[in-house]
Amino acid sequence: MNSEIKKTKMVPLPSQSIIPERDIAQKPILEVSRLGINFGGLAAVEDFNIAVGPTEICGIIGPNGAGKTTIFNLLTKVYQPTSGAILLDGQDTSNMNTVQINQAGIARTFQNIRLFPSLSVEDNVKIGLHNQIGYNMVSGIFRLPAFFSGERRARKRVMELLDIFDMTHLASHRAGSLPYGAQRRLELIRALATNPKLLLLDEPAAGMNPSETEELMSNIEKIRDSFQIAIMLIEHDMRLVMGICEGIAVINYGKIIAKGTPEEIQKNPLVIEAYLGKKKGKIHVKRDRDPGLLQ
Amino acid sequence: MRGLRLRSNIDNLLTYGLVIVAYIVMRLLIAGGNISSALQGQLVPITAYIVMAVSLNLTVGVLGELSLGHAGFMSVGAFSGVITATLLTDTIPTTWLRLALAMLVGSLIAAIFGFLIGIPVLRLQGDYLAIVTLAFGEIIKNVMNTIYLGYDKNGIRISMESANALKLDEGGKVILNGPMGAIGITKLSSFNAGFVLILITLFIVLNLINSKSGRAIKAVRDDKIAAESVGISVWRYRMMAFVTSATLAGAAGALYALNYTTVVARKFDFNTSILILVFVVLGGMGNIRGSIIAATVLTVLPEVLRAFNEVRMLVYAIILILVMLVRNNVTLRQLFQKIGIKRRNSLANNKEGDDA
Amino acid sequence: MTFLSYLISGISLGSIYAIIALGYTMVYGIAKMLNFAHGDVIMVGGYMSFIAMINFGWPPLLSVLFAILVCTVLGILIEQLAYKPLRSAPPLAVLITAIGVSYFLQNAALLIFSANPKSYSSIIPFDSLRLFNGQLIISGTTIVTIIACIVIIWTLNTIVNKTKIGKAMRAVSEDKEAAQLMGISVNKTISVTFAIGSALAAVAGVLLCSAYPILMPTTGAMPGIKAFTAAVFGGIGSIPGAFLGGILLGIIEILGKAYVSTQLSDAIVFAVLIIILLVKPTGLLGKKTLVKV
Repeated sequence: MNSEIKKTKMVPLPSQSIIPERDIAQKPILEVSRLGINFGGLAAVEDFNIAVGPTEICGIIGPNGAGKTTIFNLLTKVYQPTSGAILLDGQDTSNMNTVQINQAGIARTFQNIRLFPSLSVEDNVKIGLHNQIGYNMVSGIFRLPAFFSGERRARKRVMELLDIFDMTHLASHRAGSLPYGAQRRLELIRALATNPKLLLLDEPAAGMNPSETEELMSNIEKIRDSFQIAIMLIEHDMRLVMGICEGIAVINYGKIIAKGTPEEIQKNPLVIEAYLGKKKGKIHVKRDRDPGLLQ
Repeated sequence: MRGLRLRSNIDNLLTYGLVIVAYIVMRLLIAGGNISSALQGQLVPITAYIVMAVSLNLTVGVLGELSLGHAGFMSVGAFSGVITATLLTDTIPTTWLRLALAMLVGSLIAAIFGFLIGIPVLRLQGDYLAIVTLAFGEIIKNVMNTIYLGYDKNGIRISMESANALKLDEGGKVILNGPMGAIGITKLSSFNAGFVLILITLFIVLNLINSKSGRAIKAVRDDKIAAESVGISVWRYRMMAFVTSATLAGAAGALYALNYTTVVARKFDFNTSILILVFVVLGGMGNIRGSIIAATVLTVLPEVLRAFNEVRMLVYAIILILVMLVRNNVTLRQLFQKIGIKRRNSLANNKEGDDA
Repeated sequence: MTFLSYLISGISLGSIYAIIALGYTMVYGIAKMLNFAHGDVIMVGGYMSFIAMINFGWPPLLSVLFAILVCTVLGILIEQLAYKPLRSAPPLAVLITAIGVSYFLQNAALLIFSANPKSYSSIIPFDSLRLFNGQLIISGTTIVTIIACIVIIWTLNTIVNKTKIGKAMRAVSEDKEAAQLMGISVNKTISVTFAIGSALAAVAGVLLCSAYPILMPTTGAMPGIKAFTAAVFGGIGSIPGAFLGGILLGIIEILGKAYVSTQLSDAIVFAVLIIILLVKPTGLLGKKTLVKV
């Protein structure tokens, strides 16, 4: 494992800036400027700007319904943005669809786990490798040599990937029959299999107990270190976010209200307000507040 | 961890084995004269239905979309196959070669139809996709009913009005006669040809399912959004399954039509599509061997049991409902398991997503 | 003048489609399923009124009420026996079951009533209306059909928008779980929807057989699919949409028959379905929904 990884820090940007000012030498892997989408006239995400370094772990936090998952859906083109630009590794993604986005280097997991439940664990990961398996339909049907070598290589890679999370013994199990935690891990492995430059994790610690979360945290860092990729995650578990993210963006009502390092975020009065509501004599607790922040 | 792959290989071998053994047994029975002429007449239709069921299973079981117009592709294959065979009568006297070419042309034309119909159809899913395939099936039937086609020494002529409007010379021959269908067909199909077509179908379908492409098709069935998120083109693999399915149905159609002297478009209507669907559902969605067994049993049964013939459609309907209820309702499933119907051994066995 | 008479028969046929389409649109809107068997309930309605009139010798109005009663019970039975156990099953399973039910009704009718068509005599006792010195003849059946359609649409629209059960229907259609949490019985609401839809199918059956007096086990199948087309055309889930879609489809079919080709008139209707689903799958008056990820 390389201890010389240059960890780039996400720099807070004024929301007007289109090209982010960065004081680092390394080119960001993801640059998002003025990203926005309207649902029936309502701005679900508005003026979202962010830049992520090539091996950075950054977090997006915010109350429920703030638009966090919508940002992931915009980045992966599940929704078409109504405004803004997304540059992935310097490449404009405005004409790409979800499939091309993945091929260009963004992989993701989903808030409510989306596996291929009727297929085996092995096949789930192989589907992640799909575009790297080099044979076509005809070789597949006629079982040409390309089929055998392609499948053999794929299988070897699947086992390597499963091994990272100690899941090789589950390879022949049906994905849908796995316990919850293993399903989360499998989804992550499948995303990694697509060979991404940027990995989006949507609430990876949801439903996990503290020790599982602890393990996940070390796994996320392990992935970043060994794959040398950037990771962006949405999470409510503040221990995880504050523990492993180098940069954090806080959003509320579809807008970024704060950006910075974990320390900066924890002190930011706007963030405290968004989570706990305005102080008016006594603390007015908002219904959709997130309990994790000030723990 | 090898278990699943090994099992799927053994499963495939069993499927081939079943077909080959059934073929040999039938051959022996025919040689010994132990088979009724009625049943013997059903041999080619049975092989055609098996190919239909296996190919529909690719769409319904593996791709997970309901096609209610599968008979439409059979129809396209049937009529283009008949036209090809008739036109080649003098050029190619060898019967089996003419049949093979007819089936090839039938499947190619059906593939083209499958692709063209797939463009609009595969933009939809679920109920809407099903109803639109039904619509296309009916449109094909209606249009086939209005086509008159014949040939003479000056070439092929087509009309939408009447056979007389073709204005064929003396010695010319009408092939398609509007609502009367294809007429004057030379019977080319045989049980052997049907057997070979089944083997080819199994080869294509089983190998496709157990390859990278088949995995992608199943991924699309399980979760379209997840499939796209890992870089799999939903459109491409839905089309691949749909066109392959249509292609094989086209070949089956040619085989079926060339077993008779006349064939009408009404033969390939919605009821036929449903019949094939019954085979697939009873055999188990995604279960290729099940489709073969179900298609055979349900075609032979009415021949053997005359009494069954009267109520067979009603029984098919009940099969559709019961299989769905037992498979999808927890209470009913447990009840059935309690009274000893083992899912693995029953005909209604369905290993979702796994292929046999 | 011939065009006008085609137009009127189009509207009349369209009125029948609209009444059938209501059943599809309400069930689709509330239970989120395509009730494939709906068309065959029409056929049952036709046979029941036929039996009541011919075999029992009942007066027409009573026969219609009998058909409505039988179809309502049948609709509830189908829902309870076949669809309710599949409430949480994948849509494909529900659709296949519905096709099974449709097939069951057709073949049961085939065994009971045989394939021989029965000639149905119109139950509508009014004379034809002659206009423009007899150049334009509008039959009593046509008039009654159109009026019945308007009355039914208006009544149903009032029920859905103004009554308590209507509110429950709208709530279930929006969000089953939320409706349940608010104390609405989802099962009861779906049953009521099926009951209403099936009762309307009986009415449609009587009107259909009065206008096209050939009654067979397959009588309901085609009009059923076409009425579903009408429901999609107007926007599935919308009552005014069913009306609009039905009328337009009826006109398209009759004009297609008159000016294009009799044999291809069905193909034209299906082509309409395909075009709508591709161009505007939400139909003329439908709402757009967003897929949740």
